Amino acid sequence: MKFKRWSVVVLACAALFCAAAVQAQEKLEIFSWWAGDEGPALEALITKYAALYPKVQVINATVTGGSGVNAKAVLATRMLGGDPPDAFQVHAGQELIGQWVAANRMEDLAPLFKSEGWTAKFPAGLISLLSAKGGIWSVPVNIHRSNVMWYLPAKLKEWGVTPPKTWAEFLKTCEVLMSKGVEAPLSLGESWTVQHLWESVALGVLGPDNWAALWKGTLKFTDPKAVAVWDMFGKVLAYTNADASGLSWQQATDRLVSGDSAFNIMGDWAAGYMATTLRLIPGEDFGWAPAPSTSGVFMMLSDSFGLPKGIKNRTPALNWLKLLGSKEGQDIFNPLKGSIAARVDSDMSKYNAYSQSAAKDWKANKIAGSLVHGAVAPQRFLNDFGTIMSVYQTTNSSKAAASAAQAIADQVRLGLY
Amino acid sequence: MRWRKSKARILGFIVLLPSFLLLGIFVYYFIGRTVWWSFTDWGQNPEQALAAKPVLQFVGLANYRGLFTGIVDSRFRQDLVSTIFFTVFFIAGCLVLGLLLAVLLDHKPRGEGVFRTVFLFPFSLSFVVTGTIWRWLLQPKSGINRLPTFLGLPAGKFAWLTSRQQVWRFDWNLLPMILAVAAALVLALVAVASFRAVRARRGWIAAGAAVLLVAWAVLFGRNLKLLEFPEPHGFNLAFVGIIIAAVWQMSGYTMALYLAGLRGISVEMREAAVVDGASEWQLYRRIILPLLAPITLSAMIILGHISLKIFDLVFAMAGPDNTSMDVPALLMYLTTFRGNQFAKGAAIGTILLLLVAIIILPYLVTQLRRGDRS
Repeated sequence: MKFKRWSVVVLACAALFCAAAVQAQEKLEIFSWWAGDEGPALEALITKYAALYPKVQVINATVTGGSGVNAKAVLATRMLGGDPPDAFQVHAGQELIGQWVAANRMEDLAPLFKSEGWTAKFPAGLISLLSAKGGIWSVPVNIHRSNVMWYLPAKLKEWGVTPPKTWAEFLKTCEVLMSKGVEAPLSLGESWTVQHLWESVALGVLGPDNWAALWKGTLKFTDPKAVAVWDMFGKVLAYTNADASGLSWQQATDRLVSGDSAFNIMGDWAAGYMATTLRLIPGEDFGWAPAPSTSGVFMMLSDSFGLPKGIKNRTPALNWLKLLGSKEGQDIFNPLKGSIAARVDSDMSKYNAYSQSAAKDWKANKIAGSLVHGAVAPQRFLNDFGTIMSVYQTTNSSKAAASAAQAIADQVRLGLY
Repeated sequence: MRWRKSKARILGFIVLLPSFLLLGIFVYYFIGRTVWWSFTDWGQNPEQALAAKPVLQFVGLANYRGLFTGIVDSRFRQDLVSTIFFTVFFIAGCLVLGLLLAVLLDHKPRGEGVFRTVFLFPFSLSFVVTGTIWRWLLQPKSGINRLPTFLGLPAGKFAWLTSRQQVWRFDWNLLPMILAVAAALVLALVAVASFRAVRARRGWIAAGAAVLLVAWAVLFGRNLKLLEFPEPHGFNLAFVGIIIAAVWQMSGYTMALYLAGLRGISVEMREAAVVDGASEWQLYRRIILPLLAPITLSAMIILGHISLKIFDLVFAMAGPDNTSMDVPALLMYLTTFRGNQFAKGAAIGTILLLLVAIIILPYLVTQLRRGDRS
């Protein structure tokens, strides 16, 4: 009797193990920092994937917090420990290429782009940002725009000013606003939003070609053209709020909405915040324009997924990438995330007024990559960019900031890939 | 008999073995690995930084040299200066406030238990919670700057955490000289103490070393250039807010330490002093404070190693890239895991370990000696 009971337990355990083993063949682990507001967009994609491939068990391994800082630390530990997730979120461009492609940890996706016919579906400027060492390295899921200037049309009318077209005009407009009692015409938040402002100023002062040359390493930071960026940046900073470093980007947007400031330069997730959270109507309650001196240029950033080498579930991971790059997948994800599709053929009726206007620019404009959001410089350069900022803010010297930037660029070997 | 003794010894060894092994692997081996990595170039070459099997090259002290004299690592130097200032003010604040509270409670006011709990309470919070609360309180436009307006006074003007002001600036190139003079001062104090204790030989050695150090500082230290250009570092006023928050959290704990010490001083001794005609002030100055000295020492060591390693409080109050409110531990995390500069991160970690060791080792040594004697 006793023996029988034991054998039943043993058999049951064996059966469980077998079941686990069968399941282990059909798994997909997705690693990202999409939680909170962005969680539902990822969930919708996973639901779609589950409907297409019901046998695969999807594991949503999200590491929250700190705009990916914590997720990146966990990812580095896992990759170094030889346990790569099947698919991981990474900013398209140098954030992927400068660290993971350089270290030979990714598979070339050029064959996938060819077989799915994606080379014609994504803009050429985007493909070139994804390419290095003769391959294409990740599938872009969404597109955000970095160089957007936000304002309230009603307030500007009250003050009697119009959105400035160039940085020189911007300074003049701010003078006018100061004389009308607006203490800080440009609202700014914590440190990364200062860097975010810097990249719009730099793109405006340099123009898209010199901006690209800066990151290829052909234009030095110490070149007079690049030093001029810091001069203009200093002038713009003079019109910002003194308590900036204590504010989140949302609080900086709040300053705009409450009328304490006239302008705010922030990526287009600010549209989602104002439309969804603050319930303002895009185009009526709040307006937007390209950041000064950058009209006709779309400074993009994109979340993407690549294919790590040595993963356990290669076929499910490839299928995941195929879904991400498909028209259907992109149109499921992006309206929920508040971004636009990277593909040029998406169904625009699913998007709101701001996104429609951004998508129009995405197809027509020249494309530049964002620094702060990982497109044009490797993670290591960006990590040290805070140091450059503090050198500039403590010394107030454009030359000192420029030579610090060049020293870091040399160490990082900017433009190697 | 002998066999029994050795059996007990073997048994003791076997019982201790697991913890020896675990400590050896998970503490000392990893410390060793980190120190080794700090001597390599891990992270310099992007092809090797995150490779499946990184090939590392031994570069000696290059990472340390970079941290102290490289153009791109000025952030680390400022962090080091900040952390020293923070440690000094944090320890001083906790000791003074803790002692004051303990002395007040020692007079057994009504509701002593309630007060004790209230003062101890912040200690039970996590630093992240403390940091978040104080970050809100110190918002320049809405926090405690508005307190005076309730009394009809103008609102406070200090920018707290968003301040970019720096005071007590000095040129980093003067560091060797400053260190030499500081060491000479310590030696001079040792010399004075030795002469007083009638240990003339020790006193002469200390005094001689102090004179030599000062002479070196004046003759050579001045001309030693760490950097090719002057680099000012100083005390960031934004740290005032962090110091307040940290003192708020830890002074209750210091109070508990002091209170235990005060309760340990026998009533007879106090009464004897009072009978001999000591005033209240003399009682504290001559009897109680000297008896509390060992407690002050332990409190300084506990608070000192907390403040040197502090990470979570600053991360919660300042975020990752607020360079005027930065500490080495935070920089180590970012350098290692965001910048993928593993060797440089390991070097920062090793420097932190050395700093903590400077505080803790003398204490451990004296404790061990005392243990031997008894």
